[in-house]
Amino acid sequence: MALHLRSSFSSKSTLLNILRHNLGFGSRSHVTRHIRQILPHDPPLRGSQNPISRLCNTMAEPETLSSFVQHEYANNHQVMDFPGGKVAFTPEIQFISESDKERVPCYRVLDDNGQLITNSQFVQVSEEVAVKIYSDMVTLQIMDNIFYEAQRQGRLSFYATAIGEEAINIASAAALTPQDVIFPQYREPGVLLWRGFTLQEFANQCFGNKSDYGKGRQMPVHYGSNKLNYFTVSATIATQLPNAVGAAYSLKMDKKDACAVTYFGDGGTSEGDFHAALNFAAVMEAPVLFICRNNGWAISTPTSDQFRSDGVVVKGRAYGIRSIRVDGNDALAMYSAVHTAREMAIREQRPILIEALTYRVGHHSTSDDSTRYRSAGEIEWWNKARNPLSRFRTWIESNGWWSDKTESDLRSRIKKEMLEALRVAEKTEKPNLQNMFSDVYDVPPSNLREQELLVRQTINSHPQDYPSDVPL
Amino acid sequence: MSSIIHGAGAATTTLSTFNSIDSKILVAPSRTNLSVRSQRYIVAGSDASKKKFGSGLRVRHSQKLIPNAVATKEADTSVSTGHELLLFEALQEGLEEEMDRDPHVCVMGEDVGHYGGSYKVTKGLADKFGDLRVLDTPICENAFTGMGIGAAMTGLRPVIEGMNMGFLLLAFNQISNNCGMLHYTSGGQFTIPVVIRGPGGVGRQLGAEHSQRLESYFQSIPGIQMVACSTPYNAKGLMKAAIRSENPVILFEHVLLYNLKEKIPDEDYICNLEEAEMVRPGEHITILTYSRMRYHVMQAAKTLVNKGYDPEVIDIRSLKPFDLHTIGNSVKKTHRVLIVEECMRTGGIGASLTAAINENFHDYLDAPVMCLSSQDVPTPYAGTLEEWTVVQPAQIVTAVEQLCQ
Repeated sequence: MALHLRSSFSSKSTLLNILRHNLGFGSRSHVTRHIRQILPHDPPLRGSQNPISRLCNTMAEPETLSSFVQHEYANNHQVMDFPGGKVAFTPEIQFISESDKERVPCYRVLDDNGQLITNSQFVQVSEEVAVKIYSDMVTLQIMDNIFYEAQRQGRLSFYATAIGEEAINIASAAALTPQDVIFPQYREPGVLLWRGFTLQEFANQCFGNKSDYGKGRQMPVHYGSNKLNYFTVSATIATQLPNAVGAAYSLKMDKKDACAVTYFGDGGTSEGDFHAALNFAAVMEAPVLFICRNNGWAISTPTSDQFRSDGVVVKGRAYGIRSIRVDGNDALAMYSAVHTAREMAIREQRPILIEALTYRVGHHSTSDDSTRYRSAGEIEWWNKARNPLSRFRTWIESNGWWSDKTESDLRSRIKKEMLEALRVAEKTEKPNLQNMFSDVYDVPPSNLREQELLVRQTINSHPQDYPSDVPL
Repeated sequence: MSSIIHGAGAATTTLSTFNSIDSKILVAPSRTNLSVRSQRYIVAGSDASKKKFGSGLRVRHSQKLIPNAVATKEADTSVSTGHELLLFEALQEGLEEEMDRDPHVCVMGEDVGHYGGSYKVTKGLADKFGDLRVLDTPICENAFTGMGIGAAMTGLRPVIEGMNMGFLLLAFNQISNNCGMLHYTSGGQFTIPVVIRGPGGVGRQLGAEHSQRLESYFQSIPGIQMVACSTPYNAKGLMKAAIRSENPVILFEHVLLYNLKEKIPDEDYICNLEEAEMVRPGEHITILTYSRMRYHVMQAAKTLVNKGYDPEVIDIRSLKPFDLHTIGNSVKKTHRVLIVEECMRTGGIGASLTAAINENFHDYLDAPVMCLSSQDVPTPYAGTLEEWTVVQPAQIVTAVEQLCQ
């Protein structure tokens, strides 16, 4: 409480603030949430038992008190009460610089060679968790490679890899609980993988067969699972951010021990939804983690053409949001940062912005050839020197939790599982035609039933034009 | 074969104002006489209405004046004790009852909390339910609509208020891509039971940006339902039904109808979201309308009855999907259709409804479907000009006479 009441001047002002609040004077600054409930002058809370009352807007002080304040400070400090709190005046014409001299430092725990940096602060992980993190990173890498190849061979229509961002995917998921709701962009299948989505389930969605939970309606990589609290990917950029704030608002209303987590790329921060969602989250005091995968590229647009600020982390302050910059290719740092942020978000009911610096090693998707706009050397360097898997592997091996044998065993097992999953998914039947019309509404209305009849009539009269693998 | 067929010349009709009607063309209106179609227009002068068209008249009954031409409310709400209130109070009552009934219902929008809403629909709710359930948001329609969608996917039932429907153009991305589609693309895993509501339509000199008819733009979005309320009774009923529906529903209110007074039943009731409302049964012509135009139609109906016509007036209420059952029964009875709407001529609700009627009930029509709409212009600020962009009762009377002769 005293923290919020701290003004930038003397203790006299603090005393005055306390006095003012205890006397019930008008100026309700944004911190009175704590105090408001105990003031004797407040009317009793009517209606439903809802002790969570949002912060009130600041109002200007009533005449008597402001003149009192100004009189007190007239000689020593030039201050004025503007909406939002006291603002000091300055006779110097000074512009806030567009950037700091130094960029915001990046939190990392393992160095480039996977050695633990001395005196680093991090959240300890058990052997079991660390091994699962690494295994899932390997699984994600193999899954991505095999699906990508399958698309190149014509077995899949489309795919987008997360190569280079495995640490962000898996380590962030590891730091969350199953009750935390996830609003992904489209490059975070690792979060689903961590939560237990099987390779077969991934393959089913990519092939759009009848076992796909999305019933074959979306393109590949647009996964969704309400069982695992992973909200269906919507292709539009950054629209999931306001959705996440809404989910956080819902969790806040129910007072759940969970938060909303949403992922987006550096390109997504240019969308209006990003700015609005951050602002909303701050005002609503919603427990949501905004995790930005700053991977350097938005299709062919480098970050220098995307924004001119020092990355994404500095934008948090503009909205009143606590932020941190993390080395996205350091799994241990990612884990620690997300773990800490999550606790902060839920305990203090506030949003947190995490900028994870990484690199998009793969192409934007199978429809893209990134060598057209960046050098193969750059891609190669990040893939080798900054590879998240090798760094984490060094660390778990140094703890005696991993070996070459376990590595090769894992890789061959996963590869076999993947190929089998592909084979089964490819062979499985597609969803039948009725699924084209169901779920548009809860119950198909008459116009949709009529349209389905018309489609079936057309198929009856031209059966040779209808695909053979889609049952009727 | 499943495409919607527009009538010939429907989409390319230009509007012109006439001062006299060429009776030669109109004497024999048969369904093959498609040149009559090109005369879908808003008649400026009322001289034309005084002409008699002789033998074409189908009216047989006496010409005596009927003082009470507007049908009274149907007897199904036969409650002698009810309470009288204004339309915005009816909306508020419906909202409050649903919030009492289900703790998951919440409201979000600009100035809905302590200010009570720009049109007082959420007045008193923040005091009763708290700041969190009646949420004041910063100014970003796309963001709070997106928020509502995210909250709905996690189990709440938000009622999202657009201060003016026109502002929801900024929320189009969330409404179209997420609200309408996520139930489908997730394979039914996530439902989005939101209600998006707000006032729209042409008011009194609100200017072009605040006089929009968003139902035209939203009608194509798959996955949403649209309803328009017009009386305190159906306002409360539709609000409650929309909140209870599992589908996303857009509830269109009208800026000028908030102060309508009516007596509504005390007990709990809802109105069916997909049903049209029979305002006045009749025999000669079906007039389809919704929202504020209902009142212009009823005013015209008074004049028409005094002139010996017997119009059947239906408030379609459900803009998506259309209640083709009620409409169809009416068309089969009267064989003539006039649509009166506030939307623009191009691409409005009337245009879709015309197409739907022509496609489904072509055989029952004795005359081409006529549609009276606003011109394709931004609504001017000047009061006199603004009045001329909205269909007036005199034009409705003329149109009916023209169709019925």
